[in-house]
Amino acid sequence: MCLAVPGLVVSLEERDGTQMADVDFGGVRKDVCLEYIPDVQVGEYVVVHVGFAIQKLDEQSAKDTLANFERMGVLEEEFGDGFALAAKQAGVEHEAATEGASR
Amino acid sequence: MKYLDEFSDPDLAKKLLDQIHEVTTQSWAMMEVCGGQTHSIIRHGIDQLLPSGVELIHGPGCPVCVTPLEIIDKALEIAKRPEVIFCSFGDMLRVPGSSEDLFQIKSEGGDVRVVYSPLDALNLARENPDRQVVFFGIGFETTAPANAMTVYQAQRLGVKNFSLLVSHVLVPPAIAAIMESPACRVQAFLAAGHVCSVMGTQEYPPLADKYGVPIVVTGFEPLDILEGIRRTVIQLEEGRHELENAYPRAVRDEGNVAAMTMLRDVFEVTDRSWRGIGMIPQSGWQLSEKYAAFDAEHRFEVTDIHTVASPLCRSGAVLQGLIKPHECAAFGKECTPRKPLGATMVSSEGACAAYYTYRRLELVDAHE
Repeated sequence: MCLAVPGLVVSLEERDGTQMADVDFGGVRKDVCLEYIPDVQVGEYVVVHVGFAIQKLDEQSAKDTLANFERMGVLEEEFGDGFALAAKQAGVEHEAATEGASR
Repeated sequence: MKYLDEFSDPDLAKKLLDQIHEVTTQSWAMMEVCGGQTHSIIRHGIDQLLPSGVELIHGPGCPVCVTPLEIIDKALEIAKRPEVIFCSFGDMLRVPGSSEDLFQIKSEGGDVRVVYSPLDALNLARENPDRQVVFFGIGFETTAPANAMTVYQAQRLGVKNFSLLVSHVLVPPAIAAIMESPACRVQAFLAAGHVCSVMGTQEYPPLADKYGVPIVVTGFEPLDILEGIRRTVIQLEEGRHELENAYPRAVRDEGNVAAMTMLRDVFEVTDRSWRGIGMIPQSGWQLSEKYAAFDAEHRFEVTDIHTVASPLCRSGAVLQGLIKPHECAAFGKECTPRKPLGATMVSSEGACAAYYTYRRLELVDAHE
């Protein structure tokens, strides 16, 4: 829950007066709010927690961490379907997850 | 050293471990605060690679686990209402309330949705003006800026059908509470890295001083944890008790100033109950007066809550580091991830879940 994942800033966009970015996490793309790291540029890496960049990170560290997280299955936990994961844990059919899971 | 080849850089892991073994002359007990670190430690067997007297005590840093039963029950009541779209992080779905969990509410027809970011919940509110959209705002200082920004945006954009069910908790008061406990065995702390990415490190030197404990800001990957332990053991052996930052690539001493400014505007410090532990003074955040209109507890006035905690569950003792998960009689028997008695058995940061996932077989073998 306090996990934060490094990602590459692919593009910037202002939306409703809020600085947002398209961020690539080892192939998974997410909308990320940049309001807390306002001086970030396209091509830089940021540490992202629940859709918010909280610090910058150098490229090598970011790549190392992403590779580590991928190996440990952390990316699946962070970006996978929450209902599917819960269903698996509960040992039930993944029926509830067919709608509404925007994760 | 059966796990070493699973480290991303086995040579560096060996070097760090050799140094830890070299400097250690006596037994030490240190607490890793963060549940993410607990999982990394158990998964990679880091505790089993340390000198025999160096013990890692697992701390209360699993926000899902410490969210009070009363708040979970309120969440479940709110999520059942037909006008409500109840949004949460996926980690919360299977946390047991007194009789149900969010996953069951969903299967019974409740509109429960898992979102990646609280801003996704705000967008749902804008797309569904005739529904009430509630976001379950739990977490430590790492998560609070996201929820703060979302409430700020809700007010700025006039999204009146959005609200936040808040149960934020804070690390420094928890460290103080652990050190004040008469049963405390903790001699040092590995502080949670990403909490400090947001808040910086300034809150910790006074705690290190007051309680005479080294506090080392530590990351989450296995090598980060070894480095945090190495620095902690060196301080302990040298009789020092200082704040050190072993995770400088993601933690600046000043923290994230923009995030802290937003936190001060949206939240105010309050007393909080921690599930299994009890009330810790000034240990959480609630919405400040200015944003009180977005407080789901007020908006829905759920009053008739009678919590029923499992008499078998010892998650409170686990969260305080008083016992290890398998020392609970219900572990792996009455309590499993499929039928959890406490949140620590289902959260991805819960210590019981870590032991169940990575140690179950060897613990059973040892027992037999």
